[in-house]
Amino acid sequence: MDAQTLGGGFTDPAIQSARAFRSVMEAMARPGTICNIAGAEPPAPLSRAAGSVLLTLCDADTPVYLASDTDTADVRAWLAFHTGAPVTGPSHAMFAVGTWQALLPLSAYQIGTSEYPDRSATLIVESDKLAGGATLSGPGIKDTSGLNLPDLVAFQTNRRMFPLGLDFIFTSGERLAALPRSTEVC
Amino acid sequence: MTDYNFAYLDEQTKRMIRRAILKGLAIPGYQVPFASREMPMPYGWGTGGVQVSAAVLTPEDTFKVIDQGADDTTNAVSIRSFFERTAGVETTTDTSAASVIQTRHRIPEEPLKEDQILVYQVPIPEPLRFLEPRESETRKMHSLEEYGLMHVKLYEDISRHGHIATSYAYPVKVEGRYVMDPSPIPKFDNPKLGDMAAIQLFGAGREQRIYALPPYTQVVSLDFEDHPFEASKADQVCGLCGAEDSYLDEVIIDDAGGRLFCCSDTDYCLGRRNAGHQGSSLPGNEVAA
Repeated sequence: MDAQTLGGGFTDPAIQSARAFRSVMEAMARPGTICNIAGAEPPAPLSRAAGSVLLTLCDADTPVYLASDTDTADVRAWLAFHTGAPVTGPSHAMFAVGTWQALLPLSAYQIGTSEYPDRSATLIVESDKLAGGATLSGPGIKDTSGLNLPDLVAFQTNRRMFPLGLDFIFTSGERLAALPRSTEVC
Repeated sequence: MTDYNFAYLDEQTKRMIRRAILKGLAIPGYQVPFASREMPMPYGWGTGGVQVSAAVLTPEDTFKVIDQGADDTTNAVSIRSFFERTAGVETTTDTSAASVIQTRHRIPEEPLKEDQILVYQVPIPEPLRFLEPRESETRKMHSLEEYGLMHVKLYEDISRHGHIATSYAYPVKVEGRYVMDPSPIPKFDNPKLGDMAAIQLFGAGREQRIYALPPYTQVVSLDFEDHPFEASKADQVCGLCGAEDSYLDEVIIDDAGGRLFCCSDTDYCLGRRNAGHQGSSLPGNEVAA
């Protein structure tokens, strides 16, 4: 184990994860809102935002899928040391992290069952840009809001499956935004 | 601060609750199962709300707790001091100064803002439970949107009483999909559930369920075209502050049948009295507190 594996976690886990969670919750409750999140220094190619989300929400109970270029020995070792989360394939993952292209196809992930729609994956999508783009409406949004999305049809299809579906967290640097399954996209 | 972890719960428990809150926000009105923990207070004293509050609090928060609208009752005081000790957060009784408000059975009179979070203590999260006791069946009814039974119950109210007699825990439909129990708030508060600027989180400790309403969510109280929903309250004004628009408690004040109607929201009532409003029972009334 090297310093990169052992370092880069929360230095004050209870407090930093509380603050980080509030950012994630704010983003999920108000789709399109861009929030700051910090605390983690994960190995490349993970962004600090994605690393902070993983530290805040993942542990031994949550299988994580590392999509293509995020699946490095450094990332695996860092995730294992700081969260204990088992690395798995997309069909068993509760969380998945990677770029949009690497995470596709969306049909590979769990979307929940009609009796337990919460048993569905949350995708952490590494993005270049969060602001602008598509128009969002639905729960959590007063009139409309905007978010830069890598695709439209995929999110419209996801919305049509409500209450089943996937939830997305978009991360870029030290910022994040979210798109739950309840949001209409156009 | 004490030797407890920040906000009492261990980190793994908080992560589990936080994941449930996020799924709850993504599926408004759906009850997410969670592994409720033993808390240092009995079930029925707000263990669900306390666990949700523990999972969302940060050191920067200002925390307020109300019990039926009041800041100064046993349940509210003990939960407030619990988080003062275990999370070291600031506490307040001022609705507008609070960032996280835990509530038992009321929504504050003062409209909440975007930077606030309202955490409800929920005894029975399943709105269909008294109509169908089996969890396996109610879960199926939710998945199939089979809510006819709830309308039958409201109809039976009408046939027996002439109007919908359900006065608290009045069922609502969220975004046209899930029927949800708003916790035992008076139906007077139901219109505030929808389109609220704040995030609303519901925690049921004994029943192990968390559910949520994101801000600006469509929430409709169930009713019939010829018997529309009506948010009712006692047809009185507050004896202490004279408010005509707030939800009133009826308080027995002596052993001769004397009674007083006063605001159930103590902070709202105090704010009005400080602003110079006076109710007819105020002068020389020893009950006024």
